[in-house]
Amino acid sequence: MTTTKTAKPPNPPTGGGLGNAAKTVLRSRWIGPIGLLIGAIAPILIATPYAMNVMTSALIFVMLAVGLNIVVGQCGLLDLGYAAFFAVGAYTSGILATRLHWPLLATIPAVIVVTVLAGIVVGGPTLRLRSDYLAIVTLGFGEIIRVTANNLSITGGPEGIYGIPSLSVGGVDLSNSVVFYYVVLAIVACAVLGANRLIRSRLGRAWRFIREDEDAAEAMGVHTYRVKMAAYIAGAVWGGLAGVLFGAQLSAISPASFTFLQSALVLMAVVLGGMGSTPGVVIGALFVTMLPEALRGLSDYRYFAFGALLIIVMVLRPQGLWPARTRETARTARRSATFDGEVRIR
Amino acid sequence: MTQIIWNGLFVGSFYALVALGYSMVYGIMKLLNFAHGDLYMLGAFIGFALLTSFSGFTATLSLVALLVVLLLSMVGTGLAGVAIERIAYRPLRSAPRLSLLITAVGASFALEYGMRIIAGPNPQVYPVRLGGSSVHVLGARIGVAQLVLIGVAIALMVTLNAMVMRSRQGRAMRAIALDPVAARLMGVDVNRVIAQAFFIGSALAGAAGVMAGSYYGSINFLMGFIIGLKAFTAAVIGGIGSFKGAMLGGVVLGLLESFGTHFLGGQWRDVFAFAFLILFLTVRPTGLLGERVTERV
Repeated sequence: MTTTKTAKPPNPPTGGGLGNAAKTVLRSRWIGPIGLLIGAIAPILIATPYAMNVMTSALIFVMLAVGLNIVVGQCGLLDLGYAAFFAVGAYTSGILATRLHWPLLATIPAVIVVTVLAGIVVGGPTLRLRSDYLAIVTLGFGEIIRVTANNLSITGGPEGIYGIPSLSVGGVDLSNSVVFYYVVLAIVACAVLGANRLIRSRLGRAWRFIREDEDAAEAMGVHTYRVKMAAYIAGAVWGGLAGVLFGAQLSAISPASFTFLQSALVLMAVVLGGMGSTPGVVIGALFVTMLPEALRGLSDYRYFAFGALLIIVMVLRPQGLWPARTRETARTARRSATFDGEVRIR
Repeated sequence: MTQIIWNGLFVGSFYALVALGYSMVYGIMKLLNFAHGDLYMLGAFIGFALLTSFSGFTATLSLVALLVVLLLSMVGTGLAGVAIERIAYRPLRSAPRLSLLITAVGASFALEYGMRIIAGPNPQVYPVRLGGSSVHVLGARIGVAQLVLIGVAIALMVTLNAMVMRSRQGRAMRAIALDPVAARLMGVDVNRVIAQAFFIGSALAGAAGVMAGSYYGSINFLMGFIIGLKAFTAAVIGGIGSFKGAMLGGVVLGLLESFGTHFLGGQWRDVFAFAFLILFLTVRPTGLLGERVTERV
């Protein structure tokens, strides 16, 4: 950091009443219930099939982003192949549901087992590596999963799997778009809440400690390998469950849905929202899914704009648009900022 | 058998050229330049634009014209690399590594989809196609064009190696790689040297792009993504940050893929390469020629 930046605390109060008001809302403990309420009211206001479709996709994306936030935002492990876990979940449930005719609900335990295994398989050998290697290896892993799905016959090759049944509970069909939306809303709300509980737990503190300074964490007795693995597995399970919802929503999946682009978009949601802050990440995910719908005419410029936006946000606000609330006092914040500056001029 | 080895060496020389730039930037800045593969794509497109606009000359002087175009494309991609460094990487040089990696992903996206806006989503057919005559060596069919391209690749690598090991700039680069703060105290203009490293690395990637375009005959805006991954894999296999390692890694990866394609089929080639990378990293994280990286605290 430059000297001018070191003098500032990490979260300088932004000028303007609107910014402060938004900050107060975002930091209020009512933010979760309010968000849920807005989500619950939305179909009453607008219930066209198109709108329901977009909103359901946005919710599934929120789940992905919250899962990736555990890995990247909390633990500081850059995962560029997150769509792989999404794919593993979607394919596992899709194959079980179409080939073995399991009900979709029954595939969920299998999905959890398989995604945990996938997390261990890719995390096991690579989590001892530092960030850059991990980033590329996860990227390679994402490609491996996509190419494999593209070439195996059990995954249906390039056409993928179609005819995946929708969710049903005890014979009650939930495929109506509004009903399905509410089911997804409930599941995603639980997922967000669950991620938040994890983040606030002892394990969550260990994750943040590793993100801030892995060596110090190790020295303080945190079993960094095991703790990183826990973050990785948690992220994998969240991604896999989002994959189940995705398959149920579209009733068809194909390798084209699980490209690097998808991984990058989830990462984008996490970064834009503010790495590590749950409300921020939820809003980031909604932003990333809703904005392109609003700007359909600009479709060609969309991903270019995404790339440029990633750079701009990182250069101007490295903490993201809505950074995580820190409980540090101003004094410790100032001290850790200076400390940062001294170490990182490498 | 000889044919498999030859194909591997040929593909490997492309990988090695791109991997060199990767390794160079990583060695100096400890930054994985995700946009590096896209500079390869940019080089292919600059070469394409130049060749189509001078199509009158190229009909007669194909190889000479191609070399001129190659040089111009190298300058173009080199400048693009410097611009990316200035805009996206330099402001974050003292920021956490994660932010820097994310801007690199952003730069990669901006290049890919920026090129898509300019050139359209469809693949373009390269105006110069190096097919032509071939010679038979030990039962393998080797194109003359392949020989020329390998020759150019080797010449570029030798020049770079000499530059880094013998010249003043090269010494400055090695000094920064070792300790940027001390290098600055000793009067090295760190920003300038890093910009130079970006210029050279990007120019090499651009050269590989033009060569690949004229050899494979078709280019598209996403062609850099997979080669970026492969080049990184090559750099890691050789030991990232080491020049000889990048060259060796490129050749090794090319050979591996060539044999993998032969025995497993072409559609599994990429899976094979990345699975090998993951396995390799678990066994030998510092690569074949890499030194043990000491953590600077």
